[in-house]
Amino acid sequence: MAATTQIKQLRIATRNCGFIDPESLDDYIALRGYEALAKVLTMTPAEVVEVIKTSGLRGRGGGGFPTGVKWGIALSNKADQKYMVCNADEGDPGAFMDRAVLEGDPHSVVEAMAIGGYAIGATLGAVYIRAEYPLAIKRLRLAIDDARAMGLLGKNIFGSGFDFDIEIKYGAGAFVCGEETALIRSMEGHRGEPVSKPPFPAQSGYWNKPTIVNNVETFANIPAIILKGADWFSSIGTATSKGTKVFALAGKIVNVGLVEVPMGTPLREVIFDIGGGCPDGKEFKAVQTGGPSGGALAHKDLDVAIDYESLIARKSMMGSGGMVVMDEDDCMVSVAKFFLDFTMDETCGKCTPCRIGSKRLYEILDKITKGHGTHADLARLKSLCEAIKDTALCGLGQTMPNPILSTMDTFAGEYEAHVTQKKCPAHVCTAMLTYTIDAAKCTGCTLCTKVCPVDCITGTKKQPHVIDASKCIKCGACYDKCKFDSVIKL
Amino acid sequence: MQTSTCQMVGECRMPEHAVLPQPLYREVVQFIEALPQKEGHLVTVLHKAQSVFGYLPIEVQQFVADHMEVPLAQVYGVVSFYTFFTMVPKGKHPISICMGTACFVKGADKVVHAFKEQLKIDIGDVTPDGKFSIDTLRCVGGCALAPIVMVGDKVYGNVTPGQVKKILADF
Ligand SMILES: Cc1cc2nc3c(=O)[nH]c(=O)nc-3n(C[C@H](O)[C@H](O)[C@H](O)COP(=O)(O)O)c2cc1C
Ligand code: SF4
Ligand code: SF4
Ligand code: SF4
Ligand code: FES
Repeated sequence: MAATTQIKQLRIATRNCGFIDPESLDDYIALRGYEALAKVLTMTPAEVVEVIKTSGLRGRGGGGFPTGVKWGIALSNKADQKYMVCNADEGDPGAFMDRAVLEGDPHSVVEAMAIGGYAIGATLGAVYIRAEYPLAIKRLRLAIDDARAMGLLGKNIFGSGFDFDIEIKYGAGAFVCGEETALIRSMEGHRGEPVSKPPFPAQSGYWNKPTIVNNVETFANIPAIILKGADWFSSIGTATSKGTKVFALAGKIVNVGLVEVPMGTPLREVIFDIGGGCPDGKEFKAVQTGGPSGGALAHKDLDVAIDYESLIARKSMMGSGGMVVMDEDDCMVSVAKFFLDFTMDETCGKCTPCRIGSKRLYEILDKITKGHGTHADLARLKSLCEAIKDTALCGLGQTMPNPILSTMDTFAGEYEAHVTQKKCPAHVCTAMLTYTIDAAKCTGCTLCTKVCPVDCITGTKKQPHVIDASKCIKCGACYDKCKFDSVIKL
Repeated sequence: MQTSTCQMVGECRMPEHAVLPQPLYREVVQFIEALPQKEGHLVTVLHKAQSVFGYLPIEVQQFVADHMEVPLAQVYGVVSFYTFFTMVPKGKHPISICMGTACFVKGADKVVHAFKEQLKIDIGDVTPDGKFSIDTLRCVGGCALAPIVMVGDKVYGNVTPGQVKKILADF
């Protein structure tokens, strides 16, 4: 993974990543590994839950639910068996925080799951990990085996009488399985279709027993909180969001890679001071947070102090931490269409608003990008979005309209240009694009004629060339090839 | 592009009869017998079966159903739900092109187009000689190197449409 600058960063969840050999238990122990587990085993479960509550830690998987509160519910639910589950499905395409933690510091997750197990009264844990991450799977497996061999998992850990063990379950390429009820169905070997809540997993989850599902990064924070104290953790961040957040910077940004910053860090610092802005001198246009469930933040949002509430107020959301940066060459209608293509593909099909709605939304967006959109389509898009938000069964369907609503709001002019002027301002939608040659700039070097797949560029050497628009298939080859910027997109 | 959902158009090249080597079946049986219990492990077993056979034709699904003591319909339901499972054989060198968000904004759609042009097949299809197949997937967590293409286990980062010919020549 590309290393990013250290300025303004604070590493809690990724504290060991890159500093230890992730395949060495000794390395982890040397940095106070499993000390938090030992400490916890001298406390009562209720005390552990209280520490996590006081720390203000909220779930890093997207929802931001207070972790201590969730654990408290599971603790108070009496059952002969409970489960502690780690959500390592990392479904947001364009995000790789959890992968980095599992590959760089797997023991921190193993230790935290045991701590959580003790706190809620679970003796069994499971990690649901996506099959696309073979290295993370290998290292996690090794970490569990090594911990077991050292007596850090298994029966009677540290002679405390507490038993805890972890099994690994594999995903099979379904985004919806990141949703906790679908994840549980999938772990039980079924189709990963969500079920309606309540009952919440904390009441009835894996094999109908009280189950806590937490995200990888949430877990990675736990040992640090236990060792350094709840007050230390809650001193970092904003009023409602404590600690740090790991973000995966990708897309049109100079420093791609992971960053971990205190909650409340201005978006501008993340994108420009740490991320280095857009490459090739291009203008920053937007950053998508929250993946297919989130929205696009633009120039006007750059000074927002990042936390759960501030992003929701700006029609996006924290999500799991993926940040995909877009520059002036990206068309926001096409980006919205891309996300709808994704949800249309990933809907589990259980409920109608999502199954049919995603397709209808996609069709309208497709129509707009092909230059056939009308104002009525924009209105229809909006009302359909609202209807789906209100009626879909699970988070996937409920959040699917977000990329559309947020881009329609922030980039209203761009939608407008598509439907009224039939123009794509970013020159992405090929149906509304024409390639021409600027006769004043063209040197007649003939390079473009050699790459045009349909031979529609004519002209004599050293004379301005011309494109026959009726034959041009808009492949862009001439545009990429011309060294004199004479080919222009209109 | 629809990558996972069956559209029932009957063009999926599902083989009529798949005759597969007996030792492979034995490997799957041994795996099932080593499980602590059968309940809850259907997805696990299908992962194993696909890694053994390369794909999951109806014969393999029936076999898994028999040995896991569940109806064939349940096995089919699971196989058809998850994109990772395939009912048709892939090419000898399966090409997977990432169409996650990071790869998309870095131009993965143009890379997909270039592969389709070069191989003259569509997404989800296999070349007539069985050498290559093209599929898209959603993020392999290598977004820093977007756009990403995998051919078998080999990973290519920062792929441009112009490199496609060279990549194919590696195989
Ligand atoms: C469609 C959908 C996809 C999700 N994908 C993930 C995911 O990939 N990883 C994750 O940790 N949480 C994901 N979640 C959130 C989980 O349902 C759950 O809230 C979370 O794992 C709880 O852990 P936390 O409290 O530690 O955040 C997803 C939710 C929805 C609705
Ligand atoms: S909202 Fe979509 S993903 Fe969720 S249950 Fe309904 S159809 Fe399935
Ligand atoms: S490559 Fe550019 S400069 Fe050369 S002939 Fe074509 S348009 Fe003119
Ligand atoms: S865009 Fe493509 S088809 Fe059109 S003139 Fe240029 S090279 Fe030829
Ligand atoms: S989006 Fe392609 S590797 Fe992440």
